[in-house]
Amino acid sequence: MANRATDKPPTQTPSALQQYRYLASYWLLPMTALLSALLAGCSDNTAQAQRKIQGIVYCAEANPVSFNPQVTTTGSTIDIIANQLYNTLISIDPLTAEFRPELATSWEISEDGKQITFTLRKGVTFHTTDYFTPTRTMTADDVVFSFNRLFDVYNPFHFVGDANYPYFQSVGMDQLIRQIVKVDDYTVRFELFSSESSFLSNIATDFAVILSHEYAMQLVELERKQDFDILPVGTGPYKYKGFLRDNLIRYHKHPGYWKHDLAMDQLVYDITTNNTSRIAKMLTKECDITAHPSATQLETLAARKDIRVDKAVNLNVGYWAFNTEKPPFDNVLVRKALAHSIDFQKIMKAVFYGNGIQARSILPPSSWAFQTQAMPSYDPERAREFLTQAGYPDGFEMDLWAMPVSRIYNPNARKMAELIQSDLREIGIRATIVEYEWNTFLERVGQHEHDSVLLGWAADTPDPDNFFSPLLSCTATFSGKNPANWCNPEFDLLLTQALDTSDLQERKQFYQQAQQMLITELPVVPIAHGMRFQASNTSVMGIELRPFGGISLANARKN
Amino acid sequence: MFADFLLRRLSLLLFMLFALTAFTFALNYLFPGDLLTNFSGELNANFSQTQILQQKYHIDDSLLVQYQAFLIRLFQGDWGLSLSSGQEVFGHVKQLFPATIELCVYALIVALCLGIPAGVIASAYHNKWPDKVISSLTLLGFSIPVFWLALLLIMIFCLSFGWFPMSGRIGLLYEIPPVTNFILLDIWLHDFPYGGQAFADALHHLTLPTVVLAMYPTTVLVRFTRDSMLTVLEQNYIKTARAKGLNRRQLILDHALRNALLPVIKQVGLQFSTLITLAMVTEVIFSWPGIGRWMIESIYQRDYPAIQGGLLAVSFFVIFANMLADVIHTLLDPLARNQAHGKV
Repeated sequence: MANRATDKPPTQTPSALQQYRYLASYWLLPMTALLSALLAGCSDNTAQAQRKIQGIVYCAEANPVSFNPQVTTTGSTIDIIANQLYNTLISIDPLTAEFRPELATSWEISEDGKQITFTLRKGVTFHTTDYFTPTRTMTADDVVFSFNRLFDVYNPFHFVGDANYPYFQSVGMDQLIRQIVKVDDYTVRFELFSSESSFLSNIATDFAVILSHEYAMQLVELERKQDFDILPVGTGPYKYKGFLRDNLIRYHKHPGYWKHDLAMDQLVYDITTNNTSRIAKMLTKECDITAHPSATQLETLAARKDIRVDKAVNLNVGYWAFNTEKPPFDNVLVRKALAHSIDFQKIMKAVFYGNGIQARSILPPSSWAFQTQAMPSYDPERAREFLTQAGYPDGFEMDLWAMPVSRIYNPNARKMAELIQSDLREIGIRATIVEYEWNTFLERVGQHEHDSVLLGWAADTPDPDNFFSPLLSCTATFSGKNPANWCNPEFDLLLTQALDTSDLQERKQFYQQAQQMLITELPVVPIAHGMRFQASNTSVMGIELRPFGGISLANARKN
Repeated sequence: MFADFLLRRLSLLLFMLFALTAFTFALNYLFPGDLLTNFSGELNANFSQTQILQQKYHIDDSLLVQYQAFLIRLFQGDWGLSLSSGQEVFGHVKQLFPATIELCVYALIVALCLGIPAGVIASAYHNKWPDKVISSLTLLGFSIPVFWLALLLIMIFCLSFGWFPMSGRIGLLYEIPPVTNFILLDIWLHDFPYGGQAFADALHHLTLPTVVLAMYPTTVLVRFTRDSMLTVLEQNYIKTARAKGLNRRQLILDHALRNALLPVIKQVGLQFSTLITLAMVTEVIFSWPGIGRWMIESIYQRDYPAIQGGLLAVSFFVIFANMLADVIHTLLDPLARNQAHGKV
């Protein structure tokens, strides 16, 4: 087929060229216009660099489950909300472990330890947001309301969200507080049934935030009580602006923050569930700070001049918990067999890349009550013996739940689960790995649907009780926070005895007995204590890496 | 004549919509899980809520009544609640779909601006080097999988050079109140906040996803334009024009192009379904907050009301886009109106 259009005598070549030019200009005109507009935009950018908006972008690993720290203990949520939106009455100094005044300027404990009186700071303003404008500063009413919501069934908000306050219920605070009294506008007295040595540390956790009573009453009037935990009002350095699920959370500066004026105009949480994407966004400077960079990528990040990698000791433990109410895991011999079948060295190498400490007890070595325990060693022969004694010479089938997100105490639960799976196969146990979306996962573990689960705990206070009561006590079982579903009255007695005394040596003894008991009973196998990592752009300063509790960006700023 | 054609198309449209809604309705029964939850998205409803929902969704009535109620809710914008977010599915769709349409439209504009001239040039220099270069590039572009191209571009332009951002529609610190949910339009409506920086930033974010998404339609358009142009250039009226002494520029631009573009216009409409599919992949890779990414997330999370809503919205859109292209094509080409049966 001869094409007429191209089949031309040579004399017409100039015209062809002309036509090409014509075509080119005809079509490329809009493209060149667009391109030049783009370039103009770029040069604009540099000229207006000074006018650029001030703000920090933090790449977070999961959606928050709530905007009220009272109703959750999920670490990824607490990291986002607690220290940015709220304040507590007192806090704990990360270096000296002493209590520091926050919203309470001073506090006094009565002789018998049953009455604690807080004097409140004056002139603390709540957030003015699109949905609430405060008319007064913080008073004792707000404090009484915030704690009454947790413990008082007559509080109109107590049953909002099914009255689930996991932290306070698991440490048994609801049975400890007799009443909370407003003495005058700036004095609040907590009256306890008995004195408890960890009371102040629990009041200093990220969960014990102060909420606005006025806002709550406004919601009652509008009949929108369920909004209380979704649209937050607090006293923190940032206030809530918007949340777009799977995309971002936007906070604005709280202009009247009582502590300082350091906050940036904006703090944005970019929700990026994929580990690799978070690192890539660090490289393209779309994130200023990223949560939990995985250990394999730390070197890549540290090699860059514009990125700083921080490393800090942290009070946490990653463990493997058995559902001790479900056969065959109710048999301690089976639990022992499982514990002896695991090669811990391999896990430390493959999952933590040498950036963790192998567990020698449930408590991390930096805790003052720590005592080295005789941990089960890697010994498949012995594991098989235990299995035979327990009546399962041929093994059995089980589920192994692995958490889907990277947390400080377990950077890669999936990989850990695969290693454990192959170790278990050696002793004839066929394990199936189960994964769910993070919030669903926690919910289902709370309902004890699992056989065994790889999970962990990061401490909220330096008090050793924080590793026992919220995790392994009977009350924790009822509030769904005890992943081992393990309720042992003897163990609980030890914990109560430790809390009843304020003598440090005595407490230490009780906690050492508790640690021993855990290793003999093995409701959970402690695996490792992770280090906290954080990658941030070198232009960001003032991020506080604490050994316990959530991340605080209250003082963070960018140059 | 044209009214007759429109009538045929509309009846076809009605049938399509019926089939689509009937299928979506059936999904409530086909999905695993509780029927009422699939309809409403209400998890753990208590007894009194269940009663109200049962009445609202006519669970105890015949399937026909249920389907009718389903249609009414559909038109009222009551598409149930998303299981994962607890918010209205229709609200999500309203918010996310414009982002996808925006991306598709820009990609299509780029494809038109590049594909048609390239096709014309290739046909004008049939079997000469420009044709060979364009054809080989087209074949290459056609064969590259979208996700691979996207990752490659991210690796080169985002991670190595740091020229472009790799996610989202705009730098997160720019706060643009959503009015139309088309980002460039919103920035314009908001009177270019931050001195046009936001606009430049949005264009900057747009570049890579647009290029990736434009790749496939561009190559298709090049090939179509080229082939259709070659066919037209074979025809007698062109030969006559040539015999009259018209030069090649006049021949192509004034006589051949108009006729050659007719099948291409139809092709543009058909591209929309492919484009939406590819947009889903692109959105996931570039974290573009569009409906495709949302639907894929919903599938992961077994969010049945959201899957239904997304499916409906996307299918509606593709059907309407096809129909529109068909009508425009017919307006421009009287011959096409003469078909006895409607086609999609």
